[in-house]
Amino acid sequence: MTAALAASGLGKQYGRRWALSDCTLHIPQGRVVGLVGPNGAGKTTLLHLAVGLLRPTAGTIEVLGRPPSDDAGQLGRVGFVAQDTPVYSALSVADHLRLGAWLNPRWDEEMAQRRIGQVGLDPGQRAGGLSGGQRAQLALTLAVAKRPELLILDEPVASLDPLARREFLQLLMATVAEGQFSIVLSSHLVADLERVCDYLVVLASSRVQVAGGVDELLATHRRLFGPRRDPKALAADLQVIEESRTDVQSTLIVRCDGPVHDPAWTVEELSLEDLVLAYMGRARQQGSAAHRRLGVLR
Amino acid sequence: MIRLTWRQFRAQATVAFGALAVIAVALAITGPQLVHLYHTSVVPCQAQGDCSIATSAFVSRDKLLQGLGLVLVVVPGVIGVFWGAPLMARELETGTYKLAWTQSVPRKRWLAVKLGLVGLSSVAVAGLLSLMVTWWSSPIDRVNADPFTVFDQRGIVPFGYAAFAFALGVTAGMLLRRTLPAMVATLVVFAGARLAVTNWVRPYLMAPFRIISGVQAPAGNGPSNPAAAVPNPADWILSDQTVNAAGHVIGQDGAISYGGGRFGILFGLAGDGRTTLQGVGLCPNGFPARTGAAPGGGPSAAFNRAAQECITRLQVRQVLTYQPTSRYWPLQWYELAIFAGLALVLAGFCFWWVRRRFA
Repeated sequence: MTAALAASGLGKQYGRRWALSDCTLHIPQGRVVGLVGPNGAGKTTLLHLAVGLLRPTAGTIEVLGRPPSDDAGQLGRVGFVAQDTPVYSALSVADHLRLGAWLNPRWDEEMAQRRIGQVGLDPGQRAGGLSGGQRAQLALTLAVAKRPELLILDEPVASLDPLARREFLQLLMATVAEGQFSIVLSSHLVADLERVCDYLVVLASSRVQVAGGVDELLATHRRLFGPRRDPKALAADLQVIEESRTDVQSTLIVRCDGPVHDPAWTVEELSLEDLVLAYMGRARQQGSAAHRRLGVLR
Repeated sequence: MIRLTWRQFRAQATVAFGALAVIAVALAITGPQLVHLYHTSVVPCQAQGDCSIATSAFVSRDKLLQGLGLVLVVVPGVIGVFWGAPLMARELETGTYKLAWTQSVPRKRWLAVKLGLVGLSSVAVAGLLSLMVTWWSSPIDRVNADPFTVFDQRGIVPFGYAAFAFALGVTAGMLLRRTLPAMVATLVVFAGARLAVTNWVRPYLMAPFRIISGVQAPAGNGPSNPAAAVPNPADWILSDQTVNAAGHVIGQDGAISYGGGRFGILFGLAGDGRTTLQGVGLCPNGFPARTGAAPGGGPSAAFNRAAQECITRLQVRQVLTYQPTSRYWPLQWYELAIFAGLALVLAGFCFWWVRRRFA
């Protein structure tokens, strides 16, 4: 099966800074993928590369089996809602639906009208006067009604208040249920993604830290408590993600492919948020370690 | 895509073409009156000879509508600033390009439609206005007989100006990605390009004609008599220089520059009693004694003869360069080609940039 999104050694450089580097991913189709990472981690860069708004500096990316390109066919297969959901402020809601119908051959007018009704948007209102939540709904409607095979949303709820956030995500899930498409949505908050995603990609320090199905990730990560011990002396199938120690006790977050049998450890399950934070923390530590090494070299 | 572009552009287009229609009506009403007046007041008096009163009354008719010529000078710039510059800059500034370029329309097609529809409208607005003004003011222009002073307010060059201004605006907006700076840059660069072409390119688009003639001595000291004149008063005089035997320019417009000032032709007395032509040198011939002034105070005929001989023997000449009025339309076509060519180059650059830079 072709991947919804496949990247290999993908990188994007701005000036001397790499916004994204060495990104290798294989996201299967039919999933709701959460792309999570701190601000500035490269989420937007990755998504823009996927929809063809940017061109990679290094590596390759394929979306639905084809490299993003500026042709009508590929553009029609991918729906995109950009960060801050830009809309034409001088045009009305109805104008935007017309725009969608004019520019997309597979446009689903019935669905667009129904969605606009559901979220209570007045077709005559200018888009410039919409609230953030309404604008996000309008942008999502445009992206969904073009009937894409893959829907990409860049921080769709970042600027929304908690209520609008919940409504948006609920409606998004309802849309997923009726449509046959994959979704990639990014956020810097795990909580936004936890309820809707079944696949997670953690991006930090412009690199992919971990990627996989949510169930699989939760099943293979554990928190271990026990007497203080050198992590190097652990069983070989345990990969330490995070480690904190007091004088007498160690707390580890590990990735393990099977059950942990060592009776010295108390084993606890992890929440998704803890898991993500562990990977982000590791990325930051590695980042500052790299800085220190550079400092020594200088 | 055409429908979307039209939806975004229709308000501005309506204003522009509405204004054009109003102007067209005003010109269509007053134009025939002007032609009629030309045939009843200017033509008969020209047949009788002197008619400065009739012509000056005629050329001051409808001053307000004559002002359209000046409007025509600024219209292309306004189009570049208000239609060209925001076209891309606003999309990039507000982020709506991310919406536009992720619909099922390739962005080269998006750009082609935008440039096509808004660009052609720009050219049409300026061009139609120019053709209307050219038609309307043709009797006045015939009386003024000075076509090159209104060169850029008539004929076909405004088509080129508008195309260039528009393409320049789009390019500036694309590169600067901000509407306001793009508008300012468009205005500055467009004005600069127009001035540069007007002053340094247009006169030399075709090799100018040149008339070289000896200078005629004035009666006494003063500006020279015009020895040479362009064949047609409507010709465009580029320069009128006075040169010496070595070919160096020593003055302008029938005068010789001397001692930091610009005088006519001045004779002075050198220390040894010989006469010198100021700013040129000693006269090789002798001059009659000054006492022999003609009755009435003017210089004597003998003095004038000697002065002319001196000028001739010192080889002081007048060099006149000009474009004959018969080249008016060739020059219009050349200048149109220059600006239309620049517009095409900029448009091509926009396509390249949109594909390479953002893809």
